[in-house]
Amino acid sequence: MPNFITSYFGSTLTPGAAGNQFWALVYVFVIFTGVSVAVMAMNWLERKALAHFQIRLGPMRVGPHGLLQPIADAIKLALKEDIIPSEADQFIFWVAPLIGLLAAFTVYTVIPFGPSEAVSDMNIGILFMLGVSSIGVLGIVVAGWASNSHYPLIGALRSSAQMVSYEVAMGLAVVSAVLMTSMNEKGTGTLSMIGIVQAQQQQGIWFIFKFFPLGFIAFAIFAIAMIAETNRAPFDMAEAESELTAGYHTEYSGLRWSLFMLAEYAAMIAVSSIAITVWLGGWMRPFPNLLRAPAWGFIFSLFPGLTFAGLAAIAVIGTIRMPSHSFFKIQRMGLAGFAAVLGLIAFLLLVLAVAGRSPDASVAARFNAGIGYVYWFVLKIAVFMYLFIWYRATWPRYRFDQLMRVGWKVLLPISLGVLILTAIAGVVVS
Amino acid sequence: MTELAGMPVLEPAQGAKDQHMVINMGPQHPATHGVLRVILRLDGERVLGTECVIGYLHRGVEKIGENRTYAMFNPYVDRMDYVSAVSNGLGYCEAVEKLLDVEAPPRAKYIRVILTELNRIASHQLWLGTHALDIGAMTPLFYTFRDREEILKIFEKYCGARLTTHAFRIGGCQYETYAGFEKEVKKFLKFVAPKIDEYEELLTTNRIWLQRTKNVGVISAADCVALGVTGPVLRASGKKWDLRKAQPYAAYSEFDFEVPTGENGDTYDRYLVRMAEMRQSLRIIEQAVNGIPEGPIMAKVPKVIKPPVGEIYHSIEAPKGELGFFIVSDGSTQPYRVRVRPPSFVNLQALDLMVRGLLVADVIAVIGTIDIVLGEVDR
Repeated sequence: MPNFITSYFGSTLTPGAAGNQFWALVYVFVIFTGVSVAVMAMNWLERKALAHFQIRLGPMRVGPHGLLQPIADAIKLALKEDIIPSEADQFIFWVAPLIGLLAAFTVYTVIPFGPSEAVSDMNIGILFMLGVSSIGVLGIVVAGWASNSHYPLIGALRSSAQMVSYEVAMGLAVVSAVLMTSMNEKGTGTLSMIGIVQAQQQQGIWFIFKFFPLGFIAFAIFAIAMIAETNRAPFDMAEAESELTAGYHTEYSGLRWSLFMLAEYAAMIAVSSIAITVWLGGWMRPFPNLLRAPAWGFIFSLFPGLTFAGLAAIAVIGTIRMPSHSFFKIQRMGLAGFAAVLGLIAFLLLVLAVAGRSPDASVAARFNAGIGYVYWFVLKIAVFMYLFIWYRATWPRYRFDQLMRVGWKVLLPISLGVLILTAIAGVVVS
Repeated sequence: MTELAGMPVLEPAQGAKDQHMVINMGPQHPATHGVLRVILRLDGERVLGTECVIGYLHRGVEKIGENRTYAMFNPYVDRMDYVSAVSNGLGYCEAVEKLLDVEAPPRAKYIRVILTELNRIASHQLWLGTHALDIGAMTPLFYTFRDREEILKIFEKYCGARLTTHAFRIGGCQYETYAGFEKEVKKFLKFVAPKIDEYEELLTTNRIWLQRTKNVGVISAADCVALGVTGPVLRASGKKWDLRKAQPYAAYSEFDFEVPTGENGDTYDRYLVRMAEMRQSLRIIEQAVNGIPEGPIMAKVPKVIKPPVGEIYHSIEAPKGELGFFIVSDGSTQPYRVRVRPPSFVNLQALDLMVRGLLVADVIAVIGTIDIVLGEVDR
């Protein structure tokens, strides 16, 4: 094999940091595909979970339990007529969804799914993430402006004000966590995403529990601000359906509209990743310091396989419970096939976990560790995604002025206070 | 009245007012409860004035009344406030009965009360679901619709229709209650009481709900009276005025129930008043079901209804307020004139007063809290 492919094997750095362009490109491709698939899965899960919150069934027709609904929707949106209002600013109208999408996906270049499972390890990673993710607001603002219509304009104004104000509290919360990374012998902190997780590893504590309750408050502020940042309920002012019909994307349809949706969901995953990396130990499994024995490592490495086995079991139960009418024959076969695929993945993962249990540097062990990192990271993201849906099902929507008041008068002072107290606590402890 | 009262809505922009935005909300807007069109004059997001444009659902119900016999017009009134069709039918039938000088037998009156109060709960449930949805809480809508279904099932079993029921006839009821009616109503009472608590759990103490509804769309009792606003909106302003108590009709004088009132006349108080009204309705239904007398269900009414020359105004407490029917008879089989005093139409007048100086989001909340049905506004 050519040198540019093999030279990366055995490296413990990210492809970007190791200077390997080929593997960086592969990672970009994998992450882009993975996030797109995750958005589709999220689309289905949101509908199903929201439906179950609201005592309905949700999609049930396209595929077994509506599993193919996101695909059907994607095809529908792609085939829809592409309407650009005649009074709109054509070029900006065309560019706006791309800005949002690019901003949402660029963030993923620095998200560490594992110590080497990232495209690149930038030394200003967290700064880069916050900066790029806030470019997303530009897409919304120009979309609202280019539509040349009242409701999108109001939606755009709301979201620009909202995102800019919540960015401040969000940034301060992150700074207080960055301060915590400097609690080592050398006293040097880091802005690198991987560095932040490694700092938590060295200090043996997730930053959410550090200087309790300071870390927790900073995390809570971030968790609130990130909902506002992604325009989700109860802060979904920008697209408040009952007020502004659809907000900034009222005039958009078809593929362009779906790009906005893709960007929104990608941004949700991205900000959740920031929260996980900074406060919740990133890729680390629970209690890596306490339960250090190799046996524990083996037990935790079984989790990915067992998760897939559980999903397969749910699919099998669904297959059995399906009405035994000939109308459901294809659906039953489809769901059984899906269960078989999940079961196969579970089997492979379990085999890998057993094969790679020895802590030597074999390929299986390396691969096994990588799967563990990605698994725990994705599991934490899934928890956040569920919370996003839960919020949406439970709470009414804030009014715009109340939202701004919360941002400037509550979150900002608290985050400033937490920042100062963290600095003091750091000095006192060291 | 707010300091913005008198601000013209549709005046062309000039000078410093160039900053104002005149925006059209509806008739296809998702939160205007049908086909209401509101023209808003905005300064940023602040509402300077509103103008309602109605008539998108006008079907000429009153004019139709002049061309139908008294009995034939009865189903048409169901189509006005279609979420509380039973109340409409009660108002119309009682008005004609007064004109004819007949009285429905006691059993018919009790059936009327039970169905009307069930309908009041259904109407309030629909209001709660849509109002909460307007304010951004999606889930209550599905809870209320699930429970409203049980009421509609009772209606369907009684008279065959779920929405436009045509449940009553002039002089009483056409149908005797079906077997197991009392049992089913009692079962429903047991079923729905905890459900009302469930709605309240989601909303009553929710901080966001409080912030969105407290001190929003405040209207004083004096303003309500001046504008003719009735129903829960009036009662939430502190005036204890309920036609079921003030001028009892049907069998209401025989039941023991409270008239819930608010203090501040804001959206939150109107919410609380309606929630309390649902509970009071349950009380009334319970007493009525337990005390339902035996006997005939139709009074002696001539086959061809020809009321004597004269006019009558009869009003009842519909879920949304005072629903009045003014009927002029020229002695023929058809009314000379039917005029309906719809609560939605009259209450909608207060919208402009209530939203001036508030934000766009509050306009939606206030439209929801007035509880309009466009079928009744436009008729």
